[in-house]
Amino acid sequence: MALNAEESGRLAALLSEHVDQVTQRWTEAVAVQLRGRLSQAELRRQLQELHRAILTTAENGIVDVDAEHAAELRAVLGELSRGRARQGFSATETAISVYALKEVLLELLEARGGESVLRDFVAFSGLIDQMGLFTFESFVRTREGLIADQAEQLLELSTPVVKLWDGVVAVPLVGTLDSARAQVVMERLLQTLVDTGSPYAIIDITGVPAVDTQVAQHVLKTVVAARLMGAECIISGIRPQIAQTIVALGIEFGDIATKASLADALRHVLRLSGVETSRRSRRGA
Amino acid sequence: MTTGIDLSQPQAQAIRSDEDVVRVRQLVRTVAVAAKLSLVDQTKVVTAASELARNTLVYGGGGSVEVTTMDNGRRRGVRIVFADSGPGIADLDLALTDGYTTGGGLGLGLSGARRLVDEFDIDTGAGRGTRITVTKWAR
Repeated sequence: MALNAEESGRLAALLSEHVDQVTQRWTEAVAVQLRGRLSQAELRRQLQELHRAILTTAENGIVDVDAEHAAELRAVLGELSRGRARQGFSATETAISVYALKEVLLELLEARGGESVLRDFVAFSGLIDQMGLFTFESFVRTREGLIADQAEQLLELSTPVVKLWDGVVAVPLVGTLDSARAQVVMERLLQTLVDTGSPYAIIDITGVPAVDTQVAQHVLKTVVAARLMGAECIISGIRPQIAQTIVALGIEFGDIATKASLADALRHVLRLSGVETSRRSRRGA
Repeated sequence: MTTGIDLSQPQAQAIRSDEDVVRVRQLVRTVAVAAKLSLVDQTKVVTAASELARNTLVYGGGGSVEVTTMDNGRRRGVRIVFADSGPGIADLDLALTDGYTTGGGLGLGLSGARRLVDEFDIDTGAGRGTRITVTKWAR
């Protein structure tokens, strides 16, 4: 709700006549809610900036968060919410920084007196609500951004390809294997096979809570792709409940070697490569 | 972040994205643990829910799921109802055939899910959406 020109002028007058009192009382009111998690000096600086932004907006026209000349006000509000969101404050604690201005204005209006006290307070409240909502939206946007970043980081983190032995690489899968992650896993594994020249790859699914047809299909595709590149894949980490579920679902792993644990898979691979080594030494002899 | 779930009430969840399929799995697992299903049965019902939720999303164009804790006096169990208002399944026998798929999957989701649960009921037809009710009882 935007203020009309008269209300806007009265708000500017009120705020500019009592600069120190407003910032002082405002800082106190917010500090109580934040319980000392932000220093008074820092808080005062932020609120002074916001105070100035409201006045600047009033100088250029009517105080309205959506107005074109209120860009600075929006920037200050946005900066405040982004800071709060990053520092781990809740949405309420962020919005309270704005809403606390209501109390301060009420005190000033009461002191001023006059006929328009009630009408002004309702109008100012509407404006502050609008500012609060803007803060809330910026806060949520920042949080969503953080979550998206973290999801991306997680995607990177959760798909390492590790070298277990000379010529043996392993991919320990943890969590949900959706299409995006399956793609990352496959790319990483195939690239590592090329880089290291490994003839064996172990895909460990101990950390995958449920193996459904989609997960199975992704794993099977990865195995086939690795085979095309000349590497043999072993699937390990098949727990009893997963084995029974796979049988009931009717998924066939065909001639792909599967093992209960990563240790079994490694032993299997070492035996395979051990035979080759002895053959080569015989050939050399 | 943990949210207290009142498991005596049916739990509803919309299926609109891949993330929702993960949420359905987690919800079903929570209810299955509360109903004291064995680890094998938990895994089976979670996997069946995963298949059916993905079918709801991919073939039904999204829908909803409702998970209820059951108690027939002797045993406890989990009942899950998947509903969508998509195109429905014209030939159910064909859709329940192992290896039959129209979407490039393994063709085992629907038939496999039926084998993973104790009770399987499907209400569908061309043009009237699909409603699948499955139940898994504790042993």
